[in-house]
Amino acid sequence: MSEHPTPAATPDTGTGTARVKRGMAEMLKGGVIMDVVNAEQAKIAEDAGAVAVMALERVPADIRAQGGVSRMSDPDMIDSIIAAVSIPVMAKARIGHFVEAQVLQSLGVDYIDESEVLTPADYANHIDKWAFTVPFVCGATNLGEALRRITEGAAMIRSKGEAGTGDVSNATTHMRTIRGEIRRLTSLPEDELYVAAKELQAPYELVKEVAANGKLPVVMFTAGGIATPADAAMMMQLGAEGVFVGSGIFKSGNPAQRANAIVKATTFHDDPDVIAKVSRGLGEAMVGINVDDIPVPHRLAERGW
Amino acid sequence: MTTIGVLALQGDVREHLGALAECDVLARPVRRPAELDDVDALVVPGGESTAISKLAVTFELLDPIRKRIAEGMPAYGSCAGMIMLASEVLDGRPDQQTFGGIDMTVRRNAFGRQVDSFEDTVDFDGDSLPAVFIRAPWVERTGPGVRVMGRVTGGPAAGRIVAVRQGNLLATAFHPELTGDLRVHRHFVDLVRQADVDAR
Repeated sequence: MSEHPTPAATPDTGTGTARVKRGMAEMLKGGVIMDVVNAEQAKIAEDAGAVAVMALERVPADIRAQGGVSRMSDPDMIDSIIAAVSIPVMAKARIGHFVEAQVLQSLGVDYIDESEVLTPADYANHIDKWAFTVPFVCGATNLGEALRRITEGAAMIRSKGEAGTGDVSNATTHMRTIRGEIRRLTSLPEDELYVAAKELQAPYELVKEVAANGKLPVVMFTAGGIATPADAAMMMQLGAEGVFVGSGIFKSGNPAQRANAIVKATTFHDDPDVIAKVSRGLGEAMVGINVDDIPVPHRLAERGW
Repeated sequence: MTTIGVLALQGDVREHLGALAECDVLARPVRRPAELDDVDALVVPGGESTAISKLAVTFELLDPIRKRIAEGMPAYGSCAGMIMLASEVLDGRPDQQTFGGIDMTVRRNAFGRQVDSFEDTVDFDGDSLPAVFIRAPWVERTGPGVRVMGRVTGGPAAGRIVAVRQGNLLATAFHPELTGDLRVHRHFVDLVRQADVDAR
């Protein structure tokens, strides 16, 4: 576990310690976390072997199609999902919206996603995540962004990809970028880490820790555009420690079977025979949008910094 | 050399592999029946017990692991792993399968949700250990052959059973693999080596 300095407010024992928050993400590794919008979908996800569900009002594909301001979900809806399943329940708060996060913590959600999929509430500051007992996951497109989120208290990182598209190309770009930047750090002589920290716009101590260990001090999942078992397996082979699937399951022809197949392909991500077997007869994948066809201002991955 | 497998369907496999390697044994991930044949003992890691259970059934590991345990293979489970070694589970899914082996009733997510997850010291075999509990189970009933190895020492759950041993099977509700304290893993490795001597 990481020993990098955390604010004095964070306790060493009891609830809400860095180890308890980061440890929760360690337990999700090798698993699939699925977006769900109601109790019925949550049950399908749990039946399929999801390690957690993400409760939200509209999946990213619908947020994209319908537009408007997208916010934290209705507490009644989150309660109904918590009541429906025994696996962990995550929920999304807007970037910088610390009161939405306070509400989600009071509802007893197990993880908060401070997410670019919702409309940001603050274009300068992210939430001070050290101030919470509940752990946070945040998105990142590159190493500097990941390290800034960890500095603010994120206990888990997901590469952003481009949510709601079914186009995996940005997921691969972001995962390769983060992993590549980590590899570069491990090859630098110690006296060049000061400048590396400056360029990454991240604290030197954290940069030094990543350079020494060759990995982030928290678990990193992939997200944004995963629609097939092969997509999930590819992201695992590229170094993801687990998979978030948003619109890819419940916008497809046969959600239960697809959810099941993506879980199996994630566990056996390095076994093409298993991936081939589970990919048969899945019905239609989500239709999807090419990221290139989305004007840059409408790309969700550009939110957050 | 003693070879210990870590069930690698889902969960904190890497942390257990690392802790075992520090105890000077060969540690390997196990995802297939053939890989199970090559190990002397098995660690069932922390993770989501419902997902591990489902994957164990799908990938045809449930019966082979049950059989090995019945034949005396040593096993250690932390958190979800404790649930997988329990003969009875409360608050699980109705279709949730376990390997069993330890005559005990375990309550899943007994301490509450993630906001209730905590770090504290516990008594383990007469020692005081740092322990991390994450949506952890506790043991509500132990059968006659089960030795209670550890209890929660303070707080609202003081006295709850969180570590047990029955024969060659060991289980903890907490995660020693997250703390860098190797005492529980060393206890298990000693148990595995003793079982090997006894079998000769």
